[in-house]
Amino acid sequence: MDIDICIVAFSQSACLAQAGAANEVELIMPELEAVYRQVGISNAQDVDFVCSGSCDYLQGAAFAFVSGVDALGAVPPIQESHVEMDAAWALYEAVLKIRMGHAESALVYGFSKSSPGELPIVLSQQLDPYYLAPQWIDSISLAALQARLMLDRGIIELSDMAAVVASSRRCAIENKKAQLSGQFSVSDLLKEPEYVSPLRRADCSPISDGASAMIICTKSKAEEWNVPFARLVGIDHRIETHNLGMRDLTTSHSTRLVAEALSIHSDSLDIAELYAPFSHQQLILEKSLELRPETDINPSGGVLAGNLMMASGLSRVGEVFDRIVDGKASRGLAHATSGPCLQHNLLAILERG
Amino acid sequence: MSILLVQFLRVEGLVEDLFLQKEYELGFTYTRSTGPVVGKFLTGLKNKKIFGNRGSDGRVIVPPMEYDPETFQPLNDFVQVSDAGMIESWCWVAEPRPAHPSAVPFAWVMIKLDGADISMIHHVVTDEPSRVVTGARVKASWIDQPVGLISDIRYFVLEK
Repeated sequence: MDIDICIVAFSQSACLAQAGAANEVELIMPELEAVYRQVGISNAQDVDFVCSGSCDYLQGAAFAFVSGVDALGAVPPIQESHVEMDAAWALYEAVLKIRMGHAESALVYGFSKSSPGELPIVLSQQLDPYYLAPQWIDSISLAALQARLMLDRGIIELSDMAAVVASSRRCAIENKKAQLSGQFSVSDLLKEPEYVSPLRRADCSPISDGASAMIICTKSKAEEWNVPFARLVGIDHRIETHNLGMRDLTTSHSTRLVAEALSIHSDSLDIAELYAPFSHQQLILEKSLELRPETDINPSGGVLAGNLMMASGLSRVGEVFDRIVDGKASRGLAHATSGPCLQHNLLAILERG
Repeated sequence: MSILLVQFLRVEGLVEDLFLQKEYELGFTYTRSTGPVVGKFLTGLKNKKIFGNRGSDGRVIVPPMEYDPETFQPLNDFVQVSDAGMIESWCWVAEPRPAHPSAVPFAWVMIKLDGADISMIHHVVTDEPSRVVTGARVKASWIDQPVGLISDIRYFVLEK
Protein backbone atom coordinates (compact mmCIF):
# COMPACT_ATOMS: atom_id res chain seq x y z
CA MET A 1 0.00 0.00 0.00
CA ASP A 2 1.28 3.43 -0.88
CA ILE A 3 -0.51 5.06 2.01
CA ASP A 4 0.06 3.62 5.49
CA ILE A 5 -3.32 2.92 7.03
CA CYS A 6 -3.64 2.78 10.79
CA ILE A 7 -6.36 1.57 13.11
CA VAL A 8 -6.66 4.02 15.99
CA ALA A 9 -9.86 3.12 17.84
CA PHE A 10 -12.21 0.19 18.37
CA SER A 11 -15.17 -0.53 20.59
CA GLN A 12 -17.72 -3.33 20.74
CA SER A 13 -20.86 -3.70 22.79
CA ALA A 14 -21.56 -6.76 24.87
CA CYS A 15 -23.09 -9.62 22.87
CA LEU A 16 -26.62 -9.79 24.26
CA ALA A 17 -29.06 -12.62 23.64
CA GLN A 18 -31.76 -9.95 23.64
CA ALA A 19 -31.20 -6.20 23.73
CA GLY A 20 -34.79 -5.71 24.91
CA ALA A 21 -36.43 -2.45 23.86
CA ALA A 22 -33.18 -0.85 22.65
CA ASN A 23 -33.36 -0.05 18.93
CA GLU A 24 -30.46 -0.13 16.48
CA VAL A 25 -29.50 3.51 17.00
CA GLU A 26 -29.38 2.92 20.74
CA LEU A 27 -27.12 -0.09 20.16
CA ILE A 28 -24.73 1.93 17.97
CA MET A 29 -24.52 5.20 19.94
CA PRO A 30 -22.40 3.98 22.91
CA GLU A 31 -19.84 2.42 20.53
CA LEU A 32 -19.57 5.60 18.44
CA GLU A 33 -19.14 7.68 21.59
CA ALA A 34 -16.43 5.26 22.74
CA VAL A 35 -14.34 5.48 19.55
CA TYR A 36 -14.75 9.29 19.41
CA ARG A 37 -13.37 9.43 22.97
CA GLN A 38 -10.44 7.15 22.11
CA VAL A 39 -9.12 9.59 19.50
CA GLY A 40 -10.41 12.78 21.15
CA ILE A 41 -12.97 13.88 18.57
CA SER A 42 -16.55 14.88 19.25
CA ASN A 43 -18.62 13.45 16.38
CA ALA A 44 -18.76 12.11 12.83
CA GLN A 45 -18.07 15.60 11.46
CA ASP A 46 -14.48 15.14 12.62
CA VAL A 47 -13.73 12.27 10.23
CA ASP A 48 -13.65 12.48 6.43
CA PHE A 49 -15.70 9.38 5.63
CA VAL A 50 -18.20 7.08 7.32
CA CYS A 51 -19.14 3.56 6.21
CA SER A 52 -21.48 1.10 7.91
CA GLY A 53 -22.46 -2.53 7.51
CA SER A 54 -25.90 -3.90 8.28
CA CYS A 55 -28.69 -5.98 6.76
CA ASP A 56 -32.21 -4.73 6.04
CA TYR A 57 -33.51 -8.30 6.26
CA LEU A 58 -32.70 -8.36 9.97
CA GLN A 59 -34.83 -5.28 10.62
CA GLY A 60 -37.41 -6.41 8.07
CA ALA A 61 -37.65 -3.02 6.36
CA ALA A 62 -36.28 -1.50 3.18
CA PHE A 63 -33.43 1.01 3.64
CA ALA A 64 -33.52 0.33 7.38
CA PHE A 65 -29.81 1.16 7.54
CA VAL A 66 -30.67 4.82 6.98
CA SER A 67 -32.01 4.92 10.54
CA GLY A 68 -28.51 3.93 11.65
CA VAL A 69 -27.23 7.16 10.15
CA ASP A 70 -29.36 9.00 12.72
CA ALA A 71 -26.79 7.86 15.25
CA LEU A 72 -24.18 9.99 13.47
CA GLY A 73 -25.90 13.33 13.46
CA ALA A 74 -25.32 13.67 9.71
CA VAL A 75 -26.08 17.39 9.53
CA PRO A 76 -24.29 19.30 8.05
CA PRO A 77 -23.94 16.63 5.34
CA ILE A 78 -21.16 14.04 5.70
CA GLN A 79 -19.55 11.67 3.20
CA GLU A 80 -21.29 8.42 4.00
CA SER A 81 -21.67 4.95 2.52
CA HIS A 82 -23.12 1.59 3.47
CA VAL A 83 -22.55 -2.06 2.62
CA GLU A 84 -25.29 -4.66 2.93
CA MET A 85 -22.58 -6.87 4.39
CA ASP A 86 -20.57 -7.37 7.54
CA ALA A 87 -18.82 -4.15 8.55
CA ALA A 88 -15.46 -5.81 7.77
CA TRP A 89 -16.40 -4.99 4.16
CA ALA A 90 -17.28 -1.45 5.22
CA LEU A 91 -13.72 -1.31 6.55
CA TYR A 92 -12.51 -2.53 3.15
CA GLU A 93 -14.42 0.29 1.42
CA ALA A 94 -13.02 2.85 3.88
CA VAL A 95 -9.48 1.59 3.21
CA LEU A 96 -10.03 2.06 -0.54
CA LYS A 97 -11.34 5.58 0.09
CA ILE A 98 -8.21 6.52 2.02
CA ARG A 99 -5.86 4.80 -0.43
CA MET A 100 -7.43 6.74 -3.29
CA GLY A 101 -6.60 9.92 -1.41
CA HIS A 102 -10.26 10.88 -0.92
CA ALA A 103 -10.09 10.78 2.88
CA GLU A 104 -7.54 10.85 5.67
CA SER A 105 -9.77 9.32 8.31
CA ALA A 106 -12.84 7.11 8.41
CA LEU A 107 -15.38 5.82 10.90
CA VAL A 108 -16.63 2.27 10.32
CA TYR A 109 -19.41 0.54 12.20
CA GLY A 110 -21.67 -2.49 12.02
CA PHE A 111 -24.77 -3.43 13.94
CA SER A 112 -27.67 -5.81 14.17
CA LYS A 113 -30.54 -6.77 16.34
CA SER A 114 -30.97 -10.40 15.31
CA SER A 115 -33.11 -11.54 18.24
CA PRO A 116 -36.58 -10.38 17.09
CA GLY A 117 -36.56 -12.57 13.96
CA GLU A 118 -35.62 -16.17 13.26
CA LEU A 119 -32.05 -15.58 12.09
CA PRO A 120 -31.29 -19.00 10.49
CA ILE A 121 -34.47 -18.67 8.41
CA VAL A 122 -33.85 -15.00 7.57
CA LEU A 123 -30.44 -16.06 6.23
CA SER A 124 -32.11 -18.62 3.93
CA GLN A 125 -33.28 -15.67 1.85
CA GLN A 126 -29.70 -14.81 0.81
CA LEU A 127 -29.57 -18.08 -1.16
CA ASP A 128 -30.35 -18.83 -4.82
CA PRO A 129 -33.85 -17.35 -5.35
CA TYR A 130 -35.23 -20.24 -7.45
CA TYR A 131 -33.41 -23.35 -6.28
CA LEU A 132 -32.81 -22.78 -2.56
CA ALA A 133 -34.58 -19.79 -1.00
CA PRO A 134 -38.06 -21.27 -1.74
CA GLN A 135 -37.03 -24.37 0.23
CA TRP A 136 -36.26 -22.22 3.32
CA ILE A 137 -33.11 -24.15 4.08
CA ASP A 138 -31.63 -22.44 7.11
CA SER A 139 -28.00 -21.52 7.78
CA ILE A 140 -27.60 -24.15 10.52
CA SER A 141 -28.78 -27.00 8.27
CA LEU A 142 -26.39 -25.93 5.50
CA ALA A 143 -23.51 -25.90 7.98
CA ALA A 144 -24.63 -29.35 9.18
CA LEU A 145 -24.41 -30.69 5.60
CA GLN A 146 -20.88 -29.27 5.44
CA ALA A 147 -19.86 -30.83 8.77
CA ARG A 148 -21.24 -34.21 7.65
CA LEU A 149 -19.05 -34.15 4.52
CA MET A 150 -16.00 -33.55 6.71
CA LEU A 151 -16.93 -36.27 9.20
CA ASP A 152 -17.74 -38.80 6.45
CA ARG A 153 -14.38 -38.20 4.80
CA GLY A 154 -12.51 -38.53 8.08
CA ILE A 155 -11.14 -34.96 7.87
CA ILE A 156 -12.39 -34.21 11.39
CA GLU A 157 -14.07 -36.00 14.25
CA LEU A 158 -16.86 -34.83 16.54
CA SER A 159 -14.31 -34.48 19.35
CA ASP A 160 -12.30 -31.99 17.24
CA MET A 161 -15.41 -29.85 16.91
CA ALA A 162 -16.10 -30.07 20.65
CA ALA A 163 -12.49 -29.07 21.34
CA VAL A 164 -13.04 -25.86 19.34
CA VAL A 165 -16.12 -25.09 21.44
CA ALA A 166 -14.32 -25.87 24.72
CA SER A 167 -11.46 -23.54 23.75
CA SER A 168 -13.88 -20.77 22.72
CA ARG A 169 -15.82 -20.90 25.99
CA ARG A 170 -12.58 -21.02 28.04
CA CYS A 171 -11.05 -18.01 26.25
CA ALA A 172 -14.33 -16.12 26.58
CA ILE A 173 -14.10 -16.24 30.40
CA GLU A 174 -11.68 -13.30 30.09
CA ASN A 175 -13.95 -11.49 27.62
CA LYS A 176 -16.55 -9.35 29.39
CA LYS A 177 -18.41 -8.82 26.10
CA ALA A 178 -18.96 -12.53 25.52
CA GLN A 179 -22.38 -14.15 25.68
CA LEU A 180 -21.24 -17.74 26.34
CA SER A 181 -18.22 -18.72 28.42
CA GLY A 182 -17.05 -21.25 30.97
CA GLN A 183 -15.04 -24.40 31.54
CA PHE A 184 -16.40 -27.31 29.54
CA SER A 185 -14.65 -30.56 28.73
CA VAL A 186 -14.88 -32.23 25.35
CA SER A 187 -16.70 -35.17 26.91
CA ASP A 188 -19.22 -32.85 28.62
CA LEU A 189 -19.97 -31.20 25.28
CA LEU A 190 -20.34 -34.51 23.46
CA LYS A 191 -22.90 -35.64 26.04
CA GLU A 192 -25.24 -32.87 24.89
CA PRO A 193 -27.97 -34.09 22.50
CA GLU A 194 -27.68 -33.51 18.76
CA TYR A 195 -29.49 -30.42 17.46
CA VAL A 196 -29.40 -30.55 13.66
CA SER A 197 -27.26 -33.65 13.36
CA PRO A 198 -24.31 -33.84 13.28
CA LEU A 199 -24.27 -30.40 14.96
CA ARG A 200 -24.95 -29.81 18.63
CA ARG A 201 -26.22 -26.45 19.81
CA ALA A 202 -22.75 -25.62 21.14
CA ASP A 203 -21.28 -26.09 17.66
CA CYS A 204 -23.41 -23.15 16.46
CA SER A 205 -22.69 -19.52 17.32
CA PRO A 206 -25.41 -17.96 19.48
CA ILE A 207 -27.77 -15.26 18.22
CA SER A 208 -26.67 -11.91 19.57
CA ASP A 209 -27.67 -8.24 19.49
CA GLY A 210 -25.10 -5.46 19.44
CA ALA A 211 -22.72 -3.25 17.50
CA SER A 212 -19.07 -2.41 17.00
CA ALA A 213 -17.21 0.63 15.68
CA MET A 214 -13.70 1.48 14.52
CA ILE A 215 -11.74 4.52 13.36
CA ILE A 216 -8.96 4.23 10.80
CA CYS A 217 -6.74 6.95 9.33
CA THR A 218 -3.46 7.75 7.62
CA LYS A 219 -0.28 7.56 9.67
CA SER A 220 0.09 11.34 9.71
CA LYS A 221 -3.45 11.71 11.05
CA ALA A 222 -2.72 9.13 13.78
CA GLU A 223 0.36 11.13 14.77
CA GLU A 224 -1.69 14.34 14.76
CA TRP A 225 -4.26 12.71 17.06
CA ASN A 226 -1.32 11.35 19.08
CA VAL A 227 -2.92 8.00 19.82
CA PRO A 228 -1.54 4.45 19.85
CA PHE A 229 -2.24 2.60 16.61
CA ALA A 230 -1.81 -0.67 14.72
CA ARG A 231 -0.90 -0.66 11.04
CA LEU A 232 -3.33 -2.33 8.67
CA VAL A 233 -0.73 -3.71 6.25
CA GLY A 234 -3.05 -5.78 4.09
CA ILE A 235 -6.73 -6.41 3.46
CA ASP A 236 -8.36 -8.41 0.67
CA HIS A 237 -11.30 -10.73 -0.01
CA ARG A 238 -12.50 -13.48 -2.38
CA ILE A 239 -15.88 -15.11 -2.99
CA GLU A 240 -16.90 -18.56 -4.26
CA THR A 241 -19.88 -19.61 -6.38
CA HIS A 242 -23.35 -19.54 -4.84
CA ASN A 243 -23.83 -23.12 -6.06
CA LEU A 244 -22.99 -25.12 -2.92
CA GLY A 245 -22.78 -28.37 -4.91
CA MET A 246 -19.94 -26.98 -7.03
CA ARG A 247 -17.82 -25.97 -4.05
CA ASP A 248 -15.54 -28.27 -2.09
CA LEU A 249 -17.22 -27.50 1.22
CA THR A 250 -14.57 -29.36 3.22
CA THR A 251 -11.99 -26.66 2.55
CA SER A 252 -12.01 -22.91 1.93
CA HIS A 253 -10.69 -22.22 -1.53
CA SER A 254 -11.43 -18.49 -1.32
CA THR A 255 -9.62 -18.13 2.02
CA ARG A 256 -6.56 -19.78 0.47
CA LEU A 257 -6.70 -17.37 -2.46
CA VAL A 258 -6.78 -14.33 -0.18
CA ALA A 259 -3.98 -15.72 1.98
CA GLU A 260 -1.85 -16.12 -1.14
CA ALA A 261 -2.75 -12.68 -2.46
CA LEU A 262 -1.79 -11.06 0.85
CA SER A 263 1.25 -13.27 1.61
CA ILE A 264 0.07 -13.67 5.19
CA HIS A 265 3.25 -15.45 6.41
CA SER A 266 1.46 -17.73 8.83
CA ASP A 267 4.77 -18.52 10.56
CA SER A 268 4.93 -15.03 12.03
CA LEU A 269 1.41 -14.55 13.36
CA ASP A 270 1.06 -14.04 17.10
CA ILE A 271 -2.72 -14.17 17.00
CA ALA A 272 -5.55 -14.95 14.60
CA GLU A 273 -9.17 -13.99 15.11
CA LEU A 274 -11.35 -16.15 12.85
CA TYR A 275 -15.02 -15.60 12.06
CA ALA A 276 -16.21 -19.22 12.21
CA PRO A 277 -19.94 -19.31 13.02
CA PHE A 278 -19.77 -23.10 13.41
CA SER A 279 -17.10 -25.14 15.20
CA HIS A 280 -16.08 -27.23 12.18
CA GLN A 281 -15.62 -24.06 10.13
CA GLN A 282 -12.84 -22.93 12.47
CA LEU A 283 -11.03 -26.19 11.64
CA ILE A 284 -11.48 -25.49 7.90
CA LEU A 285 -10.05 -22.01 8.31
CA GLU A 286 -7.10 -23.08 10.48
CA LYS A 287 -6.13 -25.57 7.79
CA SER A 288 -6.71 -23.26 4.83
CA LEU A 289 -4.59 -20.56 6.48
CA GLU A 290 -1.94 -23.10 7.52
CA LEU A 291 -1.89 -21.65 11.03
CA ARG A 292 0.93 -22.83 13.30
CA PRO A 293 0.51 -24.09 16.87
CA GLU A 294 2.35 -20.96 18.12
CA THR A 295 -0.45 -18.72 16.86
CA ASP A 296 -3.03 -17.91 19.52
CA ILE A 297 -6.38 -18.59 17.81
CA ASN A 298 -9.45 -16.63 18.88
CA PRO A 299 -8.16 -15.31 22.21
CA SER A 300 -11.47 -13.42 22.50
CA GLY A 301 -13.43 -16.67 22.29
CA GLY A 302 -14.46 -15.90 18.72
CA VAL A 303 -18.04 -15.85 17.49
CA LEU A 304 -19.02 -19.15 19.14
CA ALA A 305 -18.99 -17.02 22.29
CA GLY A 306 -21.19 -14.27 20.78
CA ASN A 307 -22.03 -13.48 17.16
CA LEU A 308 -23.04 -9.94 16.22
CA MET A 309 -24.31 -10.38 12.68
CA MET A 310 -22.94 -7.61 10.42
CA ALA A 311 -20.41 -6.58 13.10
CA SER A 312 -18.56 -9.79 14.05
CA GLY A 313 -16.17 -9.51 11.11
CA LEU A 314 -15.20 -5.94 12.02
CA SER A 315 -14.89 -7.08 15.62
CA ARG A 316 -12.33 -9.74 14.64
CA VAL A 317 -10.15 -6.91 13.28
CA GLY A 318 -10.86 -4.93 16.46
CA GLU A 319 -9.86 -7.81 18.73
CA VAL A 320 -6.49 -8.07 16.95
CA PHE A 321 -6.06 -4.27 17.13
CA ASP A 322 -6.74 -4.25 20.88
CA ARG A 323 -4.09 -6.91 21.54
CA ILE A 324 -1.48 -5.18 19.39
CA VAL A 325 -2.03 -1.84 21.12
CA ASP A 326 -1.93 -3.59 24.52
CA GLY A 327 1.45 -5.08 23.59
CA LYS A 328 0.17 -8.67 23.76
CA ALA A 329 0.91 -9.26 20.07
CA SER A 330 2.97 -7.60 17.39
CA ARG A 331 1.47 -9.20 14.28
CA GLY A 332 -2.01 -10.64 13.83
CA LEU A 333 -4.53 -11.90 11.31
CA ALA A 334 -8.25 -11.10 11.28
CA HIS A 335 -10.77 -13.03 9.21
CA ALA A 336 -14.37 -12.22 8.29
CA THR A 337 -16.89 -14.36 6.47
CA SER A 338 -20.24 -13.95 4.76
CA GLY A 339 -22.71 -16.24 3.02
CA PRO A 340 -23.46 -19.92 3.62
CA CYS A 341 -20.68 -22.38 4.53
CA LEU A 342 -17.86 -19.77 4.37
CA GLN A 343 -18.74 -18.62 0.85
CA HIS A 344 -17.03 -15.23 1.02
CA ASN A 345 -13.92 -14.52 3.05
CA LEU A 346 -11.89 -11.44 3.95
CA LEU A 347 -8.49 -11.29 5.61
CA ALA A 348 -6.71 -8.39 7.24
CA ILE A 349 -3.13 -8.28 8.52
CA LEU A 350 -2.30 -5.97 11.39
CA GLU A 351 1.14 -5.03 12.69
CA ARG A 352 2.46 -2.97 15.57
CA GLY A 353 2.83 0.68 14.57
CA MET B 1 -65.04 12.96 8.98
CA SER B 2 -65.96 12.85 12.60
CA ILE B 3 -66.08 9.54 14.43
CA LEU B 4 -69.68 10.24 15.45
CA LEU B 5 -70.74 10.62 11.84
CA VAL B 6 -69.02 7.35 10.83
CA GLN B 7 -70.75 5.58 13.70
CA PHE B 8 -74.08 6.99 12.55
CA LEU B 9 -73.47 5.82 8.98
CA ARG B 10 -72.45 2.38 10.20
CA VAL B 11 -75.62 2.01 12.26
CA GLU B 12 -77.67 3.07 9.26
CA GLY B 13 -75.79 0.56 7.04
CA LEU B 14 -74.52 3.37 4.86
CA VAL B 15 -70.75 2.81 5.35
CA GLU B 16 -70.44 0.39 2.43
CA ASP B 17 -72.13 2.90 0.15
CA LEU B 18 -69.87 5.71 1.24
CA PHE B 19 -66.44 4.03 1.21
CA LEU B 20 -64.99 2.18 -1.73
CA GLN B 21 -63.54 -1.12 -0.58
CA LYS B 22 -61.39 -3.53 -2.52
CA GLU B 23 -59.33 -6.50 -1.57
CA TYR B 24 -55.63 -5.93 -2.11
CA GLU B 25 -52.84 -8.42 -2.24
CA LEU B 26 -49.40 -7.00 -1.64
CA GLY B 27 -47.11 -8.18 -4.41
CA PHE B 28 -45.29 -7.27 -7.58
CA THR B 29 -47.53 -5.89 -10.31
CA TYR B 30 -45.42 -7.45 -13.03
CA THR B 31 -44.19 -10.86 -14.08
CA ARG B 32 -40.65 -11.65 -15.04
CA SER B 33 -39.13 -14.37 -17.13
CA THR B 34 -36.84 -16.84 -15.42
CA GLY B 35 -34.77 -16.92 -18.62
CA PRO B 36 -33.56 -19.75 -20.84
CA VAL B 37 -31.59 -21.64 -18.18
CA VAL B 38 -33.57 -21.46 -14.93
CA GLY B 39 -36.72 -21.46 -17.08
CA LYS B 40 -35.65 -24.69 -18.80
CA PHE B 41 -35.23 -26.35 -15.40
CA LEU B 42 -38.52 -25.06 -13.97
CA THR B 43 -40.44 -25.97 -17.15
CA GLY B 44 -38.90 -29.43 -16.91
CA LEU B 45 -40.19 -29.80 -13.36
CA LYS B 46 -43.66 -28.97 -14.63
CA ASN B 47 -43.37 -32.08 -16.82
CA LYS B 48 -41.80 -34.13 -13.99
CA LYS B 49 -38.41 -34.04 -15.72
CA ILE B 50 -35.10 -32.80 -14.32
CA PHE B 51 -32.63 -30.94 -16.53
CA GLY B 52 -29.07 -29.96 -15.85
CA ASN B 53 -26.42 -28.43 -18.10
CA ARG B 54 -22.77 -29.00 -18.80
CA GLY B 55 -20.20 -26.73 -17.19
CA SER B 56 -17.09 -25.60 -19.08
CA ASP B 57 -15.29 -28.71 -17.81
CA GLY B 58 -18.09 -30.99 -19.10
CA ARG B 59 -19.50 -31.84 -15.67
CA VAL B 60 -23.31 -32.00 -15.53
CA ILE B 61 -24.63 -29.37 -13.14
CA VAL B 62 -28.09 -29.87 -11.60
CA PRO B 63 -29.98 -27.57 -11.26
CA PRO B 64 -28.44 -25.85 -14.28
CA MET B 65 -26.35 -22.69 -13.96
CA GLU B 66 -26.48 -19.68 -16.24
CA TYR B 67 -22.72 -19.15 -16.18
CA ASP B 68 -19.74 -21.29 -15.27
CA PRO B 69 -18.36 -19.96 -11.98
CA GLU B 70 -14.74 -20.56 -13.03
CA THR B 71 -14.67 -19.56 -16.70
CA PHE B 72 -17.74 -17.24 -16.70
CA GLN B 73 -18.85 -18.84 -19.99
CA PRO B 74 -22.62 -18.95 -20.63
CA LEU B 75 -23.82 -22.56 -20.29
CA ASN B 76 -26.54 -23.94 -22.56
CA ASP B 77 -25.73 -27.61 -23.26
CA PHE B 78 -28.71 -29.17 -21.48
CA VAL B 79 -28.88 -32.76 -20.29
CA GLN B 80 -31.86 -34.58 -18.81
CA VAL B 81 -30.95 -36.53 -15.68
CA SER B 82 -32.76 -39.12 -13.60
CA ASP B 83 -35.10 -38.19 -10.74
CA ALA B 84 -33.29 -40.77 -8.60
CA GLY B 85 -29.82 -40.63 -7.15
CA MET B 86 -27.54 -41.00 -4.16
CA ILE B 87 -27.20 -39.05 -0.90
CA GLU B 88 -23.85 -37.21 -0.78
CA SER B 89 -24.46 -35.47 2.56
CA TRP B 90 -27.37 -35.15 4.97
CA CYS B 91 -28.45 -33.68 8.27
CA TRP B 92 -31.40 -34.71 10.40
CA VAL B 93 -33.88 -32.03 11.46
CA ALA B 94 -35.56 -33.42 14.55
CA GLU B 95 -37.52 -30.23 15.18
CA PRO B 96 -38.63 -28.67 11.88
CA ARG B 97 -39.06 -24.89 11.86
CA PRO B 98 -42.41 -23.43 10.75
CA ALA B 99 -40.90 -22.27 7.44
CA HIS B 100 -39.44 -25.67 6.62
CA PRO B 101 -41.04 -27.70 3.81
CA SER B 102 -41.88 -30.59 6.16
CA ALA B 103 -43.83 -30.43 9.42
CA VAL B 104 -42.54 -33.85 10.48
CA PRO B 105 -38.86 -34.60 11.21
CA PHE B 106 -36.90 -34.89 7.97
CA ALA B 107 -33.42 -34.78 6.45
CA TRP B 108 -31.88 -32.06 4.34
CA VAL B 109 -29.77 -33.81 1.73
CA MET B 110 -27.26 -33.18 -1.00
CA ILE B 111 -28.22 -35.60 -3.76
CA LYS B 112 -26.19 -36.58 -6.79
CA LEU B 113 -28.87 -37.56 -9.31
CA ASP B 114 -28.01 -40.34 -11.77
CA GLY B 115 -26.47 -38.61 -14.79
CA ALA B 116 -25.36 -35.54 -12.79
CA ASP B 117 -21.88 -34.68 -11.52
CA ILE B 118 -22.91 -31.92 -9.11
CA SER B 119 -25.22 -32.59 -6.19
CA MET B 120 -28.39 -30.61 -5.55
CA ILE B 121 -30.02 -29.72 -2.24
CA HIS B 122 -33.49 -31.00 -1.35
CA HIS B 123 -35.03 -32.99 1.49
CA VAL B 124 -35.97 -36.56 2.35
CA VAL B 125 -39.03 -37.57 4.35
CA THR B 126 -39.01 -41.06 5.84
CA ASP B 127 -40.24 -42.93 8.88
CA GLU B 128 -36.96 -44.84 8.93
CA PRO B 129 -34.42 -42.16 9.90
CA SER B 130 -31.69 -44.74 10.50
CA ARG B 131 -31.70 -45.51 6.77
CA VAL B 132 -30.75 -41.91 5.92
CA VAL B 133 -27.00 -42.28 5.39
CA THR B 134 -24.43 -41.09 2.91
CA GLY B 135 -24.61 -43.36 -0.12
CA ALA B 136 -28.31 -44.23 0.34
CA ARG B 137 -30.45 -44.27 -2.82
CA VAL B 138 -33.36 -41.83 -3.08
CA LYS B 139 -36.06 -41.04 -5.62
CA ALA B 140 -38.18 -37.94 -6.19
CA SER B 141 -41.80 -37.94 -5.07
CA TRP B 142 -43.67 -35.48 -7.31
CA ILE B 143 -46.73 -33.45 -6.40
CA ASP B 144 -49.83 -34.34 -8.39
CA GLN B 145 -50.02 -31.18 -10.47
CA PRO B 146 -46.57 -29.61 -10.89
CA VAL B 147 -46.48 -25.86 -11.56
CA GLY B 148 -42.83 -25.24 -12.39
CA LEU B 149 -41.30 -24.63 -8.97
CA ILE B 150 -38.60 -26.47 -7.01
CA SER B 151 -41.40 -27.58 -4.67
CA ASP B 152 -42.89 -29.66 -7.51
CA ILE B 153 -40.59 -32.30 -6.04
CA ARG B 154 -42.60 -32.85 -2.84
CA TYR B 155 -39.58 -34.55 -1.28
CA PHE B 156 -37.30 -37.47 -1.98
CA VAL B 157 -38.01 -40.94 -0.60
CA LEU B 158 -35.60 -43.75 0.16
CA GLU B 159 -35.58 -46.47 -2.47
CA LYS B 160 -36.54 -49.91 -1.18
